[in-house]
Amino acid sequence: MTAPAAAGRTRRIAVEPTGLSPTAYVLRGPGELSVRFDRRIVLTCSLLVAVLIAVFLTSLAVGDFTIAPGDVVRTLFGNPPDPLADFIVNGRRLPRVLVAFLVGGALGASGAVFQSLSRNPLGSPDVIGFTSGASAGAVFVILVTGGSMAQVAGGAVAGGVATAIAVYLLAYKRGGQGFRLILVGIAAGAMLTSAVHYMLMRAELIQAASAQVWLTGSLNTRAWDHVIAVGIGVALVVPMLFVLSRPMRLIEMGDEAATGLGVSAERTRLGMLIAATVLAAIAVAAAGPVSFIALSAPHLARRLTGASGAAVGAAALMGAVLLGGSDLVAQWVLPTPMPVGVVTVCVGGVYLVWLLAREGRRNHV
Amino acid sequence: MSEPRLHGNDLTLAYDERVISRELSVSIPDGSFTVIVGPNACGKSTLLRALARMLKPLAGAVHLDGQLITQYSTKEAARRLGLLPQSSIAPEGITVADLVSRGRYPHQKLFRQWSTADTEAVAEAMTSTGITDLRHRRVDELSGGQRQRVWLAMVLAQQTPILLLDEPTTFLDIAHQIEVLDLCHDLHVSHGRTLVAVLHDLNHACRYATHLIAMRDGEIVAEGAPADVVDEAMVRDVFGLACRIIDDPETGTPLVIPAAKQPVVTTA
Repeated sequence: MTAPAAAGRTRRIAVEPTGLSPTAYVLRGPGELSVRFDRRIVLTCSLLVAVLIAVFLTSLAVGDFTIAPGDVVRTLFGNPPDPLADFIVNGRRLPRVLVAFLVGGALGASGAVFQSLSRNPLGSPDVIGFTSGASAGAVFVILVTGGSMAQVAGGAVAGGVATAIAVYLLAYKRGGQGFRLILVGIAAGAMLTSAVHYMLMRAELIQAASAQVWLTGSLNTRAWDHVIAVGIGVALVVPMLFVLSRPMRLIEMGDEAATGLGVSAERTRLGMLIAATVLAAIAVAAAGPVSFIALSAPHLARRLTGASGAAVGAAALMGAVLLGGSDLVAQWVLPTPMPVGVVTVCVGGVYLVWLLAREGRRNHV
Repeated sequence: MSEPRLHGNDLTLAYDERVISRELSVSIPDGSFTVIVGPNACGKSTLLRALARMLKPLAGAVHLDGQLITQYSTKEAARRLGLLPQSSIAPEGITVADLVSRGRYPHQKLFRQWSTADTEAVAEAMTSTGITDLRHRRVDELSGGQRQRVWLAMVLAQQTPILLLDEPTTFLDIAHQIEVLDLCHDLHVSHGRTLVAVLHDLNHACRYATHLIAMRDGEIVAEGAPADVVDEAMVRDVFGLACRIIDDPETGTPLVIPAAKQPVVTTA
């Protein structure tokens, strides 16, 4: 053990290695307060925050009307060089990039929890049927009521949550939920996708086109009311994830091992399902079914942190970076601006192929 | 004599509709190394799972320290009783020390995640299982015997007075089986813990158990010290095996020698 002998209580706050691994530390505070952390995860998260700031400033500066970085910062601190810069930065670009970060973060965290819940690297709101349910709900609202954006969002959330509950109940049986959850989710997703196609076939051309845009996932015209709604939703789930993060890691060892260690397996799993579903619902309501972020962000985060098990915080930051970066590409790098969903599909698809090829090779060796 | 810390009364145990045991009562003597034996599908693991609160009895109740086991919070029960399940999943890439440290969960809180008592318990658990040198290795790189010792260390770090082990020697070769059983013996003798294990090998059970419970068709057919319980009639009755019993030349405990080339005697 490399842990130093307890050096008395001279300092109120101290950081000590736990000796459990070269990167495992504990932060001690007053009384018995102690919080474990991993140095590599902290470093990774700091790096991701740095990238996030770069994406943030770039998003605010770049566009049809380019604003110098110095002016962007001045505008953010309430000292704009001119009213136009104030309108463009604070009125247009800032809410859009904040929605991108919040939605990306929600998707990344949701994917990490779903992967842990299903004990499967493919577990994500996409695979588990949630996204298809949300799509079916939204398309139904668009085609039947022609609904406003808020109604479409409501339809998406209702469809997604109803699907999640149905999948959970169908998969619910003593033991072995992980794999059953995925199989039932895939089946439900396939049926709902065919329902979406059926509705699109029967729809008027214009309605079908607007449904199609929603189905791709887009951040166009996202404004401050979106930021507030998404922000409140995410803020409500974060404490829940903090409480769940420790029992969640034990559930990954199997229900019996977790119960033996004092974790209420069924209650933890239900909490995880609620948290992950709410996050996915927030994301889909705000931006439509943006694909692959929830699947790839947790993988990339784990690769960087080297963590065993879900690293929800890092996955959320990675999701924010991915969606914020993808939106930059979708708006300004492509010859014509595209919905961000087009870019995430391409990036995520390439990543998935690479991952499968790599796994395949490794299994052959 | 006061009632033992862990006992089950009139347990009816079932998986869904399939009833395994009816009105089964069992007491685990305090400070014993109790071993449950019996043929495949006799309900021995089911009984252990019920004692470990993993399986809710259809009828009857398990008592722990004078209370219904269900009256404790999951965490409180986990401070009194530890379980080594038949199979657990080691999270990908986890190190030995990290896995062992998870045994401390029932002693921790949301904002008390690592105390000096935790450091000491993990170090002690790794020392007594002989895995201190492996502490920074990844669990998925270890051999089966090493891995089983790591899981055992995790349950030891939990520091419960009662330990339940569900077939701790499965998938291990003979040397590692003996190693794990010797370790259990040490825990029982030098730490005074109460151990309950399900074992397949009757000879191992005879050598290590202080209290033997033999089961058949969901019922307890014999229980007591191995030397008092194990004889040719009992082995024929429980396992349907004709055999001779001799004294183990190492320990003097009963040693079961299966009869050669004789038809298996079916039970009456």
